[in-house]
Amino acid sequence: MRVPLSWLREHVDLPQDLTADGLEKALVKVGLEVEEMTDAGASVQGPLVVGRVESIEELQGLKKPIRYCLVDVGGEQPQGIICGARNFAEGDLVVVALPGAVLPGGFAIAARKTYGHISNGMICSARELGVSDEHDGIIVLPAGTAAPGAEARPVVGLDDIVVEINVTPDRGYCFSVRGIARELSHSLGGAYRDPVAAVVPIEGDGTEAYRIDVRDSVACDRFTAVAVRGVDPAAPTPQWMKARLAVAGIRSISLPVDITNYLMIETGQPMHAWDLERLTGPLVVRRAAEGETLTTLDGVRRALHPQDIVIADDTGVVSLAAVMGGSTTEVSATTVDVLLEAAHWDPLSVARTIRRHKLPSEAGKRYERGVDPQITAAACARAAALLAEYGGGTVDPRVTDVYSVVPPAPVTMALTRPSELAGIDYTPERVVEILTMIGASVEVEDAGARAVVTPPSWRSDLVDPADLVEEVLRLDGYDRIPSVLPIAPPGAGLTVTQRRRRIVSRALADAGFTESLCYPFIGAATLDALRIPAGDPRRDLVLLRNPLSEEEPGMRTTLLPPLLAALRRNLGRGLRDLALYELGTVFLPGGPVRVAPSAGVDGPPPAEELRAAEALLPHQPWHVAAVMAGDADPAGWWGPGRPADWADAVDAARVAAEAAGVTLTVRAAAGPDAVAPWHPGRCAALLVGDTVVGHAGELHPAVCAALDLPRRTVAMEFDLDALPIPGVSTAPRLSGFPTALLDVALVVDAATPAGDVESALTEGAGKLLESVRLFDVYEGAQLGEGRKSLAYKLTFRAPDRTLTGEEALAARDAAVAVAADRFGAVLRGA
Amino acid sequence: MTYRNDPYDPKQAMLLAQDALDDAVATADKAFAGASDLDALAALKSQHLGDRAPISLARREIGSLPPAAKADAGKRVNEARVAVQAAYDARLAALTAEREERVLVEETVDVTLPTGRRPRGAQHPLTAIMDRVGDLFVGMGYEIAEGPEVEWEWYNFDALNMHPDHPARSMMDTFFVAASGSDKDSGKDADSRIVLRTHTSPVQARTMTTRTPPIYIVCPGRVYRTDELDATHTPVFHQVEGLVIDKGITMAHLKGTLDHFVKGLFGPGTETRLRPSYFPFVEPGAEIDMWFPHHRDGARWVEWGGCGMVNPRVLRACGIDPDEYSGFAFGMGIERALMFRNAAADMRDMVEGDVRYARAFGWEA
Repeated sequence: MRVPLSWLREHVDLPQDLTADGLEKALVKVGLEVEEMTDAGASVQGPLVVGRVESIEELQGLKKPIRYCLVDVGGEQPQGIICGARNFAEGDLVVVALPGAVLPGGFAIAARKTYGHISNGMICSARELGVSDEHDGIIVLPAGTAAPGAEARPVVGLDDIVVEINVTPDRGYCFSVRGIARELSHSLGGAYRDPVAAVVPIEGDGTEAYRIDVRDSVACDRFTAVAVRGVDPAAPTPQWMKARLAVAGIRSISLPVDITNYLMIETGQPMHAWDLERLTGPLVVRRAAEGETLTTLDGVRRALHPQDIVIADDTGVVSLAAVMGGSTTEVSATTVDVLLEAAHWDPLSVARTIRRHKLPSEAGKRYERGVDPQITAAACARAAALLAEYGGGTVDPRVTDVYSVVPPAPVTMALTRPSELAGIDYTPERVVEILTMIGASVEVEDAGARAVVTPPSWRSDLVDPADLVEEVLRLDGYDRIPSVLPIAPPGAGLTVTQRRRRIVSRALADAGFTESLCYPFIGAATLDALRIPAGDPRRDLVLLRNPLSEEEPGMRTTLLPPLLAALRRNLGRGLRDLALYELGTVFLPGGPVRVAPSAGVDGPPPAEELRAAEALLPHQPWHVAAVMAGDADPAGWWGPGRPADWADAVDAARVAAEAAGVTLTVRAAAGPDAVAPWHPGRCAALLVGDTVVGHAGELHPAVCAALDLPRRTVAMEFDLDALPIPGVSTAPRLSGFPTALLDVALVVDAATPAGDVESALTEGAGKLLESVRLFDVYEGAQLGEGRKSLAYKLTFRAPDRTLTGEEALAARDAAVAVAADRFGAVLRGA
Repeated sequence: MTYRNDPYDPKQAMLLAQDALDDAVATADKAFAGASDLDALAALKSQHLGDRAPISLARREIGSLPPAAKADAGKRVNEARVAVQAAYDARLAALTAEREERVLVEETVDVTLPTGRRPRGAQHPLTAIMDRVGDLFVGMGYEIAEGPEVEWEWYNFDALNMHPDHPARSMMDTFFVAASGSDKDSGKDADSRIVLRTHTSPVQARTMTTRTPPIYIVCPGRVYRTDELDATHTPVFHQVEGLVIDKGITMAHLKGTLDHFVKGLFGPGTETRLRPSYFPFVEPGAEIDMWFPHHRDGARWVEWGGCGMVNPRVLRACGIDPDEYSGFAFGMGIERALMFRNAAADMRDMVEGDVRYARAFGWEA
């Protein structure tokens, strides 16, 4: 909502020296957010005057028509000015920027020789002055606007401060000069003059101006119409009105339409001007019938919905009520008899029609947010008077006013309620004063305990005591509310899962990984690139109806696609040796997405309904993932780097799981257990007990190729929520007795997993084994084809004594025996 | 030379003569002092302290002395020997110290060589801010509440006083989840009543619906709106919201909590100002302006989120009696906090995952 300060001043007394800054503060104080403030007076510098065109000489022999004009600018001699526009005639009043003036954009005007004449200034268009976007020729002022030489700024609205206000949905009445002026009077205390109250009503003679048949009083509870006949179709809109409409961002169309728009801005009442001669029979207000269509003013033919409110005459639907008129009945360049309509429509129906037809409009947004139903008659009377004044028509003395407005329900509020919610004391008198000030009628009941408040007709947002509380707090000033810290009951800190996510995240960051917070959108192409097969649950996506991109219409079922995209982005920026991680949720519908129930808001839905709705939401567990490319250990002056490999991915998973207090076990995910997007020979299944919680390893070479990633890029991902919450750990008892260190090299089949051999050794060695460490893996000709040697360092220690050599050897032999028994392991060199 | 069977004459036992002993000590002193390194010193040791050293030879002479003279001679020889030994020890210590010093000098390295053998990682700055906010409120006794990002519309809108036709609902630019089997092309309504949450407020609705007051919670988390990514907008972003429901909660409590919050997150000197505004789930409602003295372009007011007293309609919808309890709620953007707290200029940097970005923030105590 853009409005000039001068217009507001007509309806509220404001300090003469009110600055743009002071105006902004006053508006913000009462909750009107200022989007932009323009001091138009500063936009054109230097002499800008009204001029009268004395003579026009059409210059000949040029590529385009050029006029040399003599213009009376109030001096002794008329000034010669070259002009390319043609929309003016001798005797017309125009706006002239004289040499020395600087127009918006820094365009300096100077006397200069052009087309063989000296041009002493410029005749301006509205666009050149920054007043509006109109550039169909220069501004021609209506005759008698001002004398030649007069200051032109006030004439074209350039002496003003223009304020743009962002009106919140609860303040429909502030989509008008009437509403904003009222709020300014609350804010600054100046006297308020309601533009509606000043209107002289049309008394009417008991007969109708036009037959209006309202068949749905819910859709329309007020319809007022008056007629003005004999209007001069060529009558121009006065310049002051054009200027104000231009400020409001509304294009000038014709005098009748401009008047309706002008009154909409001034009073907040949207109006419509009908061409009486193009109407056939009475106007009927009803809902649309199935199959009806209407071609709206924008030239679009629209199929109507049975809930759309329409206005029809004998020819059919002629208007989508409150939203947009039809093309067949609008006023045109030949209209002489005008029917002016001001009605009040059901906000909900209007809102639905706007969304259904995607037809936002100035009128629609006002009705949707609430229009005062009591001002239709005044708006019509004022519009008729303006049309008669500027268009030369005669106002028909008859009025149609269909009225079934339900008065606003009184709201009962304890007079202590505002104080209770604000945390400061307002006297009952102050509460009543503020509510009276906003236009409500207040009756104090119950020995001063309660107020019964009837909101004013323009405040359809005031329905609950809380709404009245806000009025009191807001107008008394939020700045008066003190700052008091409430004391919360003792809390228990973070939950164990919250602590766990923090620790896991920090452990990965500490291990050299950098966190990425990726957009969780994915699509089929990425899943294809990852070689995720049909039927894999990760293909089962939660799909969006309105995705950002058609390529990524779904929510991620794995963290890897966005994380690998981030990896590639880093590589594309010339970075190498990368390790990224993310903790985030994935979205697993676990079947078709069904329609969730709707539920009322009078109270919480029953528990079973809440559970049912909950069950329809996708499962959204927290996953953790990490990816690496390049060197895991950097190269440096100490030597070459060590490229990241599958083991780094598995270790990242172990680091993350151990941070969560869980030790993962690992087994090969090969052959039938192979999992995309990993290399089938270099992928570890990550297990807690017997449950696979994720995978880690090297990516499949084809995946790297498809995603344009370096070969041997590695990745891990597991379901963090699938990890059990570990119990309290038990403190170890540390033995200070000496260790016995024994090495064993076991020759086994090359396919035997080292992890299993280690488990066997651990199991066989018994309690004396403190640790086992694999320090060498060897495959060579002397071992024989398909054999490998695993060399382990076994550390034995007893809690209560120094071990004898015999005891240590016996434990080692027991360990080897289990490995031999299970895998046919043979002691190397034995 | 003296011989065992010679009659005793101390003057004839030349080696035991005091002059001879003094001479031996002086000679040894001088020799040791002249030793330039440990090897040279070792070579001199046998010469002056070995079996054939003058003092050792003198000691042998003692046996040939008459008993009356032995004690005196022994004492003098011993004194001489101690003196020589002391001279040797002193020189040994000096030369050892010299050598050690030299070795340490030789072992000097360039300690300015790079040491980054372990790659450094980093948390995302948005995570760090959310943790910080969480800690601040946990310290005040609050709990951190959480909820799903793919959310039931009732929690995201209806329960929050945003009925299906509410103008504020269309302002939210919602991502809608498609119901399975629905066909976009057929124009059939594919609405599943499931959305990507447009704010973290559904977590508040969930908490109120499932718990009884007093409630003191904050909900940090990821939210979604259909904005295009640019320097100041991102369709996927983070919010933190707070909710307090208790007996006698006032707007002064809201103001006090916000003041405490912004001081904790943005430093001393920060304070808040409330501006009347509208959000469906609160009444009275306000925009939060924060006086931010540490802004990179100088101290100023910055807009940071919305707040208000929980609308009684919301309390009722969630099963809380508005006559018994009142409460406040507030919510703000984490990305925006990063923008002015850490002078971040462009939101795109926050979502692209460029490792240089997160690393530059480092760890902040």
